Amino acid sequence: MAEEMRQFRQVTCTINGKKKTTMVDVRASLTDMLRNDYRLTSVKKGCEVGECGACTVIIDGECFDSCIYLAIWADGKEITTLEGLEGPNGELSDIQKAFVEETAIQCGFCTPGFILTAKEILDSGKLYTDDELRKLLSGHLCRCTGYDNILRAVKKTMLARHKARG
Amino acid sequence: MFDIKAIYEASSVEDAVRLLLEHPEAKIIAGGSDVLIKIREGRMAGCELVSIYGLDEMRGVTMTEDKDIRIGSLTSFSHIYADPIIRKHVPVLGEAVNMVGGPQIRAIGTIGGNTCNGVTSADSASTLFAYDALIEITGPEGVRVVPIESFYLGAGRVDLRAGELETAVIIPKASYTGYHGHYIKYGMRNAMEIATTGCSVNVKLSRDKKTIRDIRIGYGVAAPVPMRAKKTEVEVRGKDVSEETEKLIGKLVLEDVTPRDSWRASKDLRLHLCSTLAVRAFREAVRRAGGEIDG
Repeated sequence: MAEEMRQFRQVTCTINGKKKTTMVDVRASLTDMLRNDYRLTSVKKGCEVGECGACTVIIDGECFDSCIYLAIWADGKEITTLEGLEGPNGELSDIQKAFVEETAIQCGFCTPGFILTAKEILDSGKLYTDDELRKLLSGHLCRCTGYDNILRAVKKTMLARHKARG
Repeated sequence: MFDIKAIYEASSVEDAVRLLLEHPEAKIIAGGSDVLIKIREGRMAGCELVSIYGLDEMRGVTMTEDKDIRIGSLTSFSHIYADPIIRKHVPVLGEAVNMVGGPQIRAIGTIGGNTCNGVTSADSASTLFAYDALIEITGPEGVRVVPIESFYLGAGRVDLRAGELETAVIIPKASYTGYHGHYIKYGMRNAMEIATTGCSVNVKLSRDKKTIRDIRIGYGVAAPVPMRAKKTEVEVRGKDVSEETEKLIGKLVLEDVTPRDSWRASKDLRLHLCSTLAVRAFREAVRRAGGEIDG
């Protein structure tokens, strides 16, 4: 495309609790914007066609594949990436700790996506059966762990939160 | 970056109509889970797009004054599944759309996109066919409403004329009141899968639950577009709720459907599925309607 024909648009959104504005190329995906403009590299470029879930981010409380979400659509939205789960002194969240404890990680490429989906699932406060959890986690591909450890980590956090609520 | 020539963002339905007339080559993008992937694969590379994703006025499920269920075309599958009106009156539609792709796809995929791309495997389509859904289209001449069956013109082609867009899917009161249904999607895996064949059956039973007052059998991937097993429905209407009727359905539907071989599955497997899924979906629909099939 010729340089003079390029279309740009201003996008203002809240990313991990902070309001941000940038000019984006209208052809950019949300993955492109988060990685290139904001250096949020927990958002992975995997299949780029909405199959593997490595690029998952939370938009207004729901998980989306950012690779098939146009950056211009993010205007006015509230976005959470894995970086947003970090505590004030760099602490890990309960879900991340459970992933470490249950060895739900090997290469780590799918992990940010899985953890954000786990956040959406667990923030609902509901108790799910294993089958329900499997279905809710089914939008992510992991080529290392065989999924069992991931399921265990999510379930462990779910039960721990339930217990804490009493 | 996607290989896109230009994007025109609509600010309202009227604006979308104007943009579509102004840019006749442009394609509509709703959630983009089909369009953006086609662009990525190169099949739609270099296209112009009219984005309607930002039009919140086209989202949500409402009950009209006439008790018809109106689903805004941009309502996502996850929101349809969670919607109280859908859960109460047409739960089978919620169950059907909850089988699309995976959770993130269901968050972005819209019922309007699922119907407008004109593909036979759309998970919502067979159930919408089974409910005699209506498609609301808005264009330069205003709003027109067409039955879903005539909306599909052929594989990948729907009845959208210059400047028109689908604005809602409507399930009329008469098509859901007293009906109970069930949808079965057959695929090689449970998630991130396109249906090999899908079947949605709904039934209305007599007061004593012994007679089939009405039956509708909708299919995906049993023909080039979603379809109804009309000949079977006529034969089965008025029959007893029995194992005999169930077997009759399994046999008769084979005369209605015209599946073909594809890389996903053979024609023979699909014929077998058309018969088996209809029988199983019928059985479950009857059970949900309070009836019982002996044997």
